[in-house]
Amino acid sequence: MSAEIPEAASAEEQKEMEDKVTSPEKAEEAKLKARYPHLGQKPGGSDFLRKRLQKGQKYFDSGDYNMAKAKMKNKQLPAAAPDKTEVTGDHIPTPQDLPQRKPSLVASKLAG
Amino acid sequence: AGGGCCCCGLFWYRDSSPKPHLVNRFCILLAADVISTVEFNYSGDLLATGDKGGRVVIFQREQENKSRPHSRGEYNVYSTFQSHEPEFDYLKSLEIEEKINKIRWLPQQNAAHFLLSTNDKTIKLWKISERDKRAEGYNLKDEDGRLRDPFRITALRVPILKPMDLMVEASPRRIFANAHTYHINSISVNSDHETYLSADDLRINLWHLEITDRSFNIVDIKPANMEELTEVITAAEFHPHQCNVFVYSSSKGTIRLCDMRSSALCDRHSKFFEEPEDPSSRSFFSEIISSISDVKFSHSGRYMMTRDYLSVKVWDLNMESRPVETHQVHEYLRSKLCSLYENDCIFDKFECCWNGSDSAIMTGSYNNFFRMFDRDTRRDVTLEASRESSKPRASLKPRKVCTGGKRKKDEISVDSLDFNKKILHTAWHPADNVIAVAATNNLYIFQDKIN
Repeated sequence: MSAEIPEAASAEEQKEMEDKVTSPEKAEEAKLKARYPHLGQKPGGSDFLRKRLQKGQKYFDSGDYNMAKAKMKNKQLPAAAPDKTEVTGDHIPTPQDLPQRKPSLVASKLAG
Repeated sequence: AGGGCCCCGLFWYRDSSPKPHLVNRFCILLAADVISTVEFNYSGDLLATGDKGGRVVIFQREQENKSRPHSRGEYNVYSTFQSHEPEFDYLKSLEIEEKINKIRWLPQQNAAHFLLSTNDKTIKLWKISERDKRAEGYNLKDEDGRLRDPFRITALRVPILKPMDLMVEASPRRIFANAHTYHINSISVNSDHETYLSADDLRINLWHLEITDRSFNIVDIKPANMEELTEVITAAEFHPHQCNVFVYSSSKGTIRLCDMRSSALCDRHSKFFEEPEDPSSRSFFSEIISSISDVKFSHSGRYMMTRDYLSVKVWDLNMESRPVETHQVHEYLRSKLCSLYENDCIFDKFECCWNGSDSAIMTGSYNNFFRMFDRDTRRDVTLEASRESSKPRASLKPRKVCTGGKRKKDEISVDSLDFNKKILHTAWHPADNVIAVAATNNLYIFQDKIN
């Protein structure tokens, strides 16, 4: 009696393994489940669909939206000779950011 | 958007020959943005494209011209206009994209052309008209428009009409707004030429083209409790001849045909089309890949075609139990579903289209490939829309994807396919063998050389 049960179980397992081998789809499913073990059982379930219904980027408010739009517009403008010598308050300058001091055309009276 | 074009023609195959003849004659037109919809008008003389930036570009076919014999059949830019702008939904704090989801032409009734264009929330009716004359010799204003001093006018003259360079103007005639809570995926003009439908994820509305402040809801599948949501509407279309019939497809791979004569609210379908599924073959991906991304009636009105992720199916409207034809588009992707799920490609929405005589169907794929199926001969071909593979006056070679181990010369292995190069939108001229294929930013127009 007890010998039968493990046989039945292994027949089922065998079928499952066969499925995975013959069906590429099931093999892919196994791959996905291996990578994401917490993935829900029903892919077409309401969570998934509700996310689909709410597509689009969410903003905090219209001010946030307008700021984001302005930033995108500035980025899209062709960077016409980004003025590397100017440091204008975007961040605290470091010695490397500061423009090199050009040598004076007029030699100092104190020198040489 | 692009201007002129170089022309080569395509004729993909003849039934009598053992192998496809492909002669290349095409235009490539570069758009500023990703093209999101392509549609020929009823005569095929005009081709409209919409893009992600909310712009519509209309191309017009060159008429036969003895002085420029090679230019016949070329499509050149006819009109460009900004249809939709990005908006902000204050209630939900969400951006409303300006991307044009669909364009549908109205049948031409006078000299002007009309089309409907829609983004996620708002449908607009545009009038495109030509102006080739202007009036000169006004009494009250100068030629440059400045008002004349009325006390200095001593004589009256009759303004005369003078020819001017052709100007094509687009003006918005109707704006159909605020009727959709969810994102509009389809619009379809009715054969009565007076009404049209618009469909979002959960609802379908019926509009009259003249009335913008009212629309009738004809389908509502929103459950009382959103937790019970199991499917969404993915596409909808009116029957080409029966003005009371329309269909809508779902994310679960089903199509419902509704008859507006049966009741005001068509929540109960008249026909329900679903292919039976083998339950033992069901996987995590089954429902996702069965989701129908496009549904199109044949010109005859006898059949309809649906596109799901891996195949195109032709249904006889008289048989709900299963499709009459199933054409595999890229079955080799079935063993790549895991990666395609991870990179979201499995959710790509491919469209499909019929040729004018309903004898052939076309749909897009990845790697800038598109597929054509001849329903009569049961032959199919894979072609590529790319600059490298399309040379002027040269043949368009059929492409082949290698699935097995040994890759033949000129074959491409599945792993080399570029999944960023997707052809989602294609259109077929209503009468001739002319097709428009949108490959990201590029629009390809292929034509039959023999015409």
